[in-house]
Amino acid sequence: MKTYIRFGLLVAAILGTLAWLAASGIRESKTYYKTISELKSMPPSEAGKRVRVTGDVVPGSIRREGTAVHFQICEKDRGTVLHVVYTGKDPLPDTFRDDAQAMADGRLAPDGTFHASSIAAKCPSKYEAAPGKAAPKPLNPAPSRSSL
Amino acid sequence: METLGAFSLLLALALAAYAFLASVIGGWKQKPFLVASARRAVYGVFILLTAASAILVSALLSSDFRYAYVAERSNRAMPALYKFAAWWGGQEGSLLLWSWMLSLYSAIVVWTNKTKHRTLMPWVIAVLAFTQTFFCTLNTFVEPPFQMLAVGRGVTSVVDGNGLNPLLQYWLMALHPPALYLGFVGFVVPFAFAFASLLTRQPGEAWIATTRRWSLITWGFLSIGIMLGQGWAYAVLGWGGYWAWDPVENASLLPWITGTAFLHSVMMQEKKGMMKVWNMVLVSATFFLAIFGTFLTRSGVVSSVHAFAQSSLGAWFVGFLAIGLSVTTFLILRRLDFLRSEAQLESVLSREASFLFNNLLLLASCFAVLWGTLFPVLTEWWMGEKITVGPPFFNKVNIPIGLALLFLTGVGPLIAWRRSSWESLKRAFRWPALAMALTMAALLAFGVRHLYALMSFGLCAFVAATVIMEFYKGARAIAARNQMNLLRAAVELTHRNTRRYGGYLVHMGIVLMFIGYTGSAFNKDTTEEVKIGSHFRIGAYELQVKEVTDGSNPNYAWQRAVVAVYRGGQYLGDLKPERRVYAASQQPTSEVAIRRRLNEDLYLNFASMSQSDPEAAVIQAYVFPLVSWIWIGFYVLLFGTIVCLIPSKVKYAYAKTQVVGVYEREPEPVP
Repeated sequence: MKTYIRFGLLVAAILGTLAWLAASGIRESKTYYKTISELKSMPPSEAGKRVRVTGDVVPGSIRREGTAVHFQICEKDRGTVLHVVYTGKDPLPDTFRDDAQAMADGRLAPDGTFHASSIAAKCPSKYEAAPGKAAPKPLNPAPSRSSL
Repeated sequence: METLGAFSLLLALALAAYAFLASVIGGWKQKPFLVASARRAVYGVFILLTAASAILVSALLSSDFRYAYVAERSNRAMPALYKFAAWWGGQEGSLLLWSWMLSLYSAIVVWTNKTKHRTLMPWVIAVLAFTQTFFCTLNTFVEPPFQMLAVGRGVTSVVDGNGLNPLLQYWLMALHPPALYLGFVGFVVPFAFAFASLLTRQPGEAWIATTRRWSLITWGFLSIGIMLGQGWAYAVLGWGGYWAWDPVENASLLPWITGTAFLHSVMMQEKKGMMKVWNMVLVSATFFLAIFGTFLTRSGVVSSVHAFAQSSLGAWFVGFLAIGLSVTTFLILRRLDFLRSEAQLESVLSREASFLFNNLLLLASCFAVLWGTLFPVLTEWWMGEKITVGPPFFNKVNIPIGLALLFLTGVGPLIAWRRSSWESLKRAFRWPALAMALTMAALLAFGVRHLYALMSFGLCAFVAATVIMEFYKGARAIAARNQMNLLRAAVELTHRNTRRYGGYLVHMGIVLMFIGYTGSAFNKDTTEEVKIGSHFRIGAYELQVKEVTDGSNPNYAWQRAVVAVYRGGQYLGDLKPERRVYAASQQPTSEVAIRRRLNEDLYLNFASMSQSDPEAAVIQAYVFPLVSWIWIGFYVLLFGTIVCLIPSKVKYAYAKTQVVGVYEREPEPVP
């Protein structure tokens, strides 16, 4: 029996440590999903919270200034536009371009610009047309909007 | 042809369903002729799916754009290899590949067990055929690969296809999905045998002995698949990373973790008759996690940088998982009496305990990865707000687990079964501990202050020392007895007990991979806007952008920066990172240039031409220490896995509680 008690204590210690690490990991990196309009109407008290926002890159808005990249994203139907500044270290993904669906992780600054620390653009590994739309003509690799 | 393809799929579905029913009824009512017909049906499914796949592949190779699938995934200018790889470049095709591989595995299992396992086989076939029926249903009704494009008035016919996603046009990526699927699909076989032996109350160890090779081969393929994915991410995606904790990556990692746990804890059952329930749970979990991974990557449930179609597939997978999990859980609960352990845990300082901790840590890691991956889904369901966790969460939990597992890799093989005394532990670990202390001291002296890196390198030295010692001790004894040199003796030693020494080689591979992963703690990077002709520095390197050239071929147009690399004033050669725009998809991609060396990689990405200065290029330069050791470690791991699969020269009678090995020969208490 003594063996099992010892073993139980060790297991509890290990799992406890891991749970504590997990909790602090969640605190550090949790990111809220917001739409652009939700972000715009966020109360000032919530500013500075880590947010993930998705939108379509406004054609012609991508501008590189030194190592920072400025661009705008919008929601397809509403026309709400968000100005994004990306200063992260990783190169922008190849799929990031006009009209691409981009996902930006970062924080909203008080002046209304969004400071992104990472950008993902949809469709690096597979393009998937929406189901049932194996249309003959628009065979451009339009990234699917589906998975968000 | 397309009708023939679709018809083959439909017929395969019917045959698979028949095989399921016939084997269930045949097994239940003891009707050998029904079981025999189920066997033939399994072969039939394989032939039909091979035909369907051949039709799709020949359409791809001949660029037959009447097929929607071909038009969407292929184009004329693509090299034949990628036309072939387009088979698994999209949802429908990759599901067909899944089905086909499953039918291949099933046919092999049925063929190799023609006369063996008479009582088990009906149920094994039932499980295989049930899974096959599920995938054939998806292929026939939900994601049919043989849809044709409408041709006629008002519809422009397709002259050329869309092309395979350029990011997939890389040799590793052509191999990555099949390897991964071979790993995913393969775990159905150990599961089927486990399920069958549980159902028929066969002696518990029979299924493990039969499926040991399968488990190992499958695990090997899964490892290859994951590693190729990492190699692809490193060389193609342009950010120099190999792992990003993306949901899709995590989906492939989950069954690998439980599979690894299974391969270890199975030894407890073989040698001690312990953990029978647990092994059942692990082998089932591995199979269902493989299915779950497929579901995750195809249903769009979690958002990922990889894009997936939102399709009705999800519901089907949920249904399959629900049926499978409830039947399996029910069966395990009904057979608990049959799964009783034959031995008890005697000490925390024992081989048994080290296996238990190994399993605990692996499962904790699996759970953390699963939790983090599903976090957005869970929080949305729970709090109504979608929240995601990033790499810091995964790293925080998994780095300590990884280090603890590394430690166990060194301890486990040397610690005695049943119980070990402190005295024998001291004797066994004297040299490895010394190696660890010396390594850490040397690194401290060189100014390394990164805690995890110090621990990781120290533990790597520890484990490597234990492995080398095991080989050395065994080989020395053989060498003295047979008058041969140490190297030959080591080969002889390995050949005598391939499982054990192959296992050590796998551990050595893991050590080398850890060295590579730890190197990432010392990565350097810089982004520079450089005028043609000028220089910039990163680490010890001086880089000069000599020129930017451009050109095109039918598949893509390219722009290439020629960068001269100097170190300490010495010219080391040119690196040529490239930007491409693929004609069919108009998608730009970057082709990074990498100078791979054992100590560090110099990695260049040509981001773009400068927007303000047409005479300047934006170059991202990285120095990645020790990355090569990840790939070297992987080859060692693969080699070790293959060694494990070679039959041992000397057949050990693996009686339970029999102990072999240098440190295990403690006197057995006489009852």
